[in-house]
Amino acid sequence: MSAVPATRRRFAIVVFPGSNCDQDCYHVARELLGCEAEYVWHRDTDLKGADVVILPGGFAYGDYLRAGALARFSPVMETVARFAADGGPVLGICNGFQVLLEAGLLPGAVRVNRGLRYVCRDVHLRVENTGTAFTRLYRPGEVVTMPIGHMEGNYTAPPETLTELEHSGEVVFRYCDPEGRVTDEANPNGATAGIAGISNREGNVVGLMPHPDRSAEPLLGNDAGRKMFESAVLALAAP
Amino acid sequence: MRVEVRVYPKEGVLDPQGKAIASALGRLGHSSVTDVRAGKVFFLEVRGEDPVVVEAETRRMAEELLANTVIEGYDVRVRPEA
Repeated sequence: MSAVPATRRRFAIVVFPGSNCDQDCYHVARELLGCEAEYVWHRDTDLKGADVVILPGGFAYGDYLRAGALARFSPVMETVARFAADGGPVLGICNGFQVLLEAGLLPGAVRVNRGLRYVCRDVHLRVENTGTAFTRLYRPGEVVTMPIGHMEGNYTAPPETLTELEHSGEVVFRYCDPEGRVTDEANPNGATAGIAGISNREGNVVGLMPHPDRSAEPLLGNDAGRKMFESAVLALAAP
Repeated sequence: MRVEVRVYPKEGVLDPQGKAIASALGRLGHSSVTDVRAGKVFFLEVRGEDPVVVEAETRRMAEELLANTVIEGYDVRVRPEA
């Protein structure tokens, strides 16, 4: 890769109608990391020279039909798919994760939470794979805390896909208790095998239900999520 | 013509809404209910003469958008008379 200083890395924050965490992500990239950041409207097909693409949380298209189902047909998604296919780092957070699932950039689907309620609270996560573009600054097995806020986070996939995910290390985060044990009590939404986040085989596309963008600075009481953004910048420097 | 598309959780896929409705029905005294799966129905008005062609096109719509075939099944009913 080129020798561009890490701080000159450019983030593209995709904005769908109904995205509401776009400014949080922009703030992390620009103010906390000192990188460049641009909003990219969902109708645009130009990522403006971005090195990292973030699909932020929110309720794209009002979550009509299914969360993420309509957003995947936005013009920008074809560009994002090409960017991902070329190895570009793409992170989908919460609703952004749902968009990646609907778009087929990550396998599986989310159902409504098993408790049938919107769940908004901090959860503990065990870092299962530190080889992805967004997790290489974590320690394997590290337990971190991030907030969740979603109605449909109950991850599932066909049995053969789940086996594949487990065998190839594509499970990136699992809900766990403070000691790192993956238990049913620690699972906020019923997700299969406590899966909170996954990656593609290559590790450049990552999606998760929890919000690293809402836990990226001490001012918010928690900066555990900051390393996801920093990892992407590092991954670019040393792929 | 009128086309109806039913989309529902696949057999074996956990359906939290269906489960909650089933237990509510039980609480209301409908003890005969043993299982509920909750889905949705789309009523489409589609231009076309040939019901076979319309059905085939509607099935593509279901695959592409109306259903998430990872977790949902669907069926299509064309009603030329409607």
